[in-house]
Amino acid sequence: MTAPLTQCLLRLIDENYTLTDYQSDTPPRWCTGCGDNGILTAVQRLCRDEQLSPEKTVMVSGIGCSSRLPHYMNAYGFHGLHGRALPVAEGIKLRRPDLNVFVTTGDGDCCSIGAAHWIHAIRYNMDMTVLLHDNEVYGLTKMQASPTSPRGLKSNTTPRGALLDPLNPLTVTLGVPNVSFVAQAVDWIPEVLFDIITQAYRHKGFSFVRVLQRCPEFMDHRFDPWIHDPLKTRLLVHAEGIQLKTDISRIYRNQETHDPSDLHRAREVASETEEIPVGVLYRNSAVPCYEDLREGERPNTPGLIRTVLNEEFDKFTIWPEDDGAAPPAE
Amino acid sequence: MTTDLYQETDKTRARQARSQPPASGPASMVGQTAKVKSAAKPVVTLKEHIVEIVSDSGEGAQRCGQSFGALAARMGNGIWTVEIIPAEIQPPARSIAGASGNRIRLASDRVTNGGDEADLVVAFNEQVLLSRVRMGEIKPNGIILLESKWRNDDNAAIAESYAEVCEELSSAGYRFYEIPMEEECVKYVPDPRRGKNMFALGMLCNIYSLDLEMAREQVRFVFRKKDEKVIDLNLELLDAGHAWAEANLDLKFAIPASRPSEPQVVMNGNTALALGVVASGMEVCAMYPITPATSASHYLSDIFEKVGCVVHQAEDEIAACTFAIGASYAGKCAVTITSGPGLSLKQEGLGLAVMGEIPLVVVDVQRGGPSTGQPTKAEQGDLLAACFGGHGDAPKVVMAASSIEDCFYSVIMARKIAENFNMVVVVLSDASLATAQQPFPRPRFNEDWLAPPINQSPVQEGAKPYDWDPRTGLASRFIPGQPNGMHCLTGLAHDRGSHVAYDPDVNQEGIRRRSLKLAALQKTLKAPTLYGGDEGDLLLVGWGSTRGAIEEAVEILRAEGLRISSMHLKFLQPMASGVKELLQRFDKVMAIENNWCDSLDSELIAEDNRRYSNLAWLLRARTLVDVDCWGEVRGQPLKPGAIACAARRKLEQR
Repeated sequence: MTAPLTQCLLRLIDENYTLTDYQSDTPPRWCTGCGDNGILTAVQRLCRDEQLSPEKTVMVSGIGCSSRLPHYMNAYGFHGLHGRALPVAEGIKLRRPDLNVFVTTGDGDCCSIGAAHWIHAIRYNMDMTVLLHDNEVYGLTKMQASPTSPRGLKSNTTPRGALLDPLNPLTVTLGVPNVSFVAQAVDWIPEVLFDIITQAYRHKGFSFVRVLQRCPEFMDHRFDPWIHDPLKTRLLVHAEGIQLKTDISRIYRNQETHDPSDLHRAREVASETEEIPVGVLYRNSAVPCYEDLREGERPNTPGLIRTVLNEEFDKFTIWPEDDGAAPPAE
Repeated sequence: MTTDLYQETDKTRARQARSQPPASGPASMVGQTAKVKSAAKPVVTLKEHIVEIVSDSGEGAQRCGQSFGALAARMGNGIWTVEIIPAEIQPPARSIAGASGNRIRLASDRVTNGGDEADLVVAFNEQVLLSRVRMGEIKPNGIILLESKWRNDDNAAIAESYAEVCEELSSAGYRFYEIPMEEECVKYVPDPRRGKNMFALGMLCNIYSLDLEMAREQVRFVFRKKDEKVIDLNLELLDAGHAWAEANLDLKFAIPASRPSEPQVVMNGNTALALGVVASGMEVCAMYPITPATSASHYLSDIFEKVGCVVHQAEDEIAACTFAIGASYAGKCAVTITSGPGLSLKQEGLGLAVMGEIPLVVVDVQRGGPSTGQPTKAEQGDLLAACFGGHGDAPKVVMAASSIEDCFYSVIMARKIAENFNMVVVVLSDASLATAQQPFPRPRFNEDWLAPPINQSPVQEGAKPYDWDPRTGLASRFIPGQPNGMHCLTGLAHDRGSHVAYDPDVNQEGIRRRSLKLAALQKTLKAPTLYGGDEGDLLLVGWGSTRGAIEEAVEILRAEGLRISSMHLKFLQPMASGVKELLQRFDKVMAIENNWCDSLDSELIAEDNRRYSNLAWLLRARTLVDVDCWGEVRGQPLKPGAIACAARRKLEQR
């Protein structure tokens, strides 16, 4: 009696993934103090808590500091082209619904060179978790203004200050039909970051999380006013969003009960400039996923392919003894 | 009824009388008398004829031409059809730019190209006719059947323009017939603009002695989705056209046909490409609309879901390419179908697929370039872009389809190579194959065409994703879902473990291994064969859609006693071994292509600044043989006659 039970227990232990199971043999090469480190930790923790099989998990990225993340995960990774992480991830997911797909992208990667794909990815609403690491600057190419850089930012391409108002990734995302999940997190509240990423992962659809992220190299002190004054961060709480643990709740007393099904309020909250809203802004589980809409009714077996090909050939065939029954297509 | 149905200008009559026998007919004309019901009409037996039917777009000349071609094919004639397409959706009526229709070359034997000038043209107005004449598409003494209603048009300018054109063309030596098509059609339909095409089809069936009962079946088939009334009306028009031609025209040809012994399919190149995608077992086609490639995706969209597969219309060409890459990476080898501008946009993605060793099939249905160029017209200008278009060293396989049938089989072969070598395979077709129709033996499905199921078995402990074979450069392909196969695929230089490589030796090795795969593939390719003789004075070398025209030119010239042969390359990169030796058997070698090359006749052009045609560059670099080139960029398929002229000039050079 005991032998099978022991085996069962052993198997359980064997199959129980720990944090180290998600760490690759390449140590992270981000700068000390870079917000990407915290995002990586949150993702690994999520994988552990949700017990995702590393072989069934694919981390897709583009180019930029944030896009190095797949190298540091023990999972399948795809570190592709600048701006093109989303279409790659869509191609992966389309015929492989069994895979857990994550996309890590940056403000340049997603909101500038890849902006067209971003807009359309929201429409497709494929089931994937998208983390926009937004540090409001180009880091890997050494300090150029990005679409989310604050006006006036002095950078190597804007030595007299950025001329334009920044693009707001939240309002843009919330403005696209078929949007199904939008949240915002900040890297300096890791507990809440983790909760938000968990909500995003559990949502079936295109789960878009903008993570405000510190860049100590090029944007040092950028978020200091918010870090130093917890009241400038507004936490959005709701049974359908995130709920705060007591210690967090004590520090971040600026809280709003926000129903994530309220798109109108979500857009208002997203437009805030003084305070940083943190939490789930919008969630709609009723939006269909593209991969489900496109799922074939029948698997493409050789037999089916043969049948369909022959049906099609029939439309174009001239038979040696043409009795006129099936003229070829015009 | 009308007595002046059969209107001809006096001049035309005179011209006809002058030129009819023997100069008016093609060289192959053999006079014969056949039994005709009423008055015995001489039936001229021909080996082949080229027929055009042109109208304003929307008047149905396309449908008439396609039906005529399909009918001839069903009777057992060899056919090749070429669409005459205006670049605009709604070009102005009665304009030279608006000519829309079809060219049908029909023959006793198999036909491999659209041929030279047309022998007979049916035109619905004088402007579209003029466009074909101005382009040199009609034989100097060709037969013209022109709608006559414009002669008495209420608009004086139209009537005048019509009269002028008639005058010009009849005095230019064409056999000119004015046909009251509309006048005849209004007896059956209120709006003769709809229906005139079936009247024309009836005329053509009569002129070419095609079986009227089979023509009726064809019409029923064409209108099978319409109600009975529409079908009956069109049948009436067909019969009317047939009867009218019988009663009023002195034209009667017969092109003997023989029923094929094997079932044949008649389709255009894009349809064949789409069926090739299904037959290859690929599950995903990611595309973005672009002329002239899109019709392949249209047809595929119609049928792909029946086998449980997906055509994804992406937001742009880059997304189409990277979406396909994602699907392939996840084990579902994908294809992206495009044309030149799309190929340019995909280049960075193709480089990624090369770097990551992700199998991918790219179909480029070429059109006139550069830039937007001539979207609906034929050109072969993308060969070098396909081979070398991306940045850095990105070895890809490039192959070309040379017939409609080849469009089908090329896609199947491309997927096999892509997955066996983990490479990008570009299949080149072009606008002339895309819309041309030709019969070929009905393919018999073979399960070997399909991909094996994706591998999800555990990877051996310690195995590396890029365990490059030192001899072939081949590596494994770990597919997400395979236990122990986890790695981060990257577009950065990487080592065998897919770790980012900062080491100069590792970068050097990666590039070497990826390059080696082309050599490994090349070792499996058969040497090309020669068409004509095994050696001689001149070898013509071509690739892609020009095959039929080049080989026909070779036949023409060999019949003249010239020692000339041709060679057609299926694989452009890698190029099969043995090419150099074959070139060296000939005194002169000339690439024949539908793309640009400088002519040495130009004042500024000399050997040291001449820009060669695409394949000529490749052959010269590959073989060190002094390969000359000839080509045109006229937006239409190369004609056998023009190729023969160029070859004769080359032979005369010393």
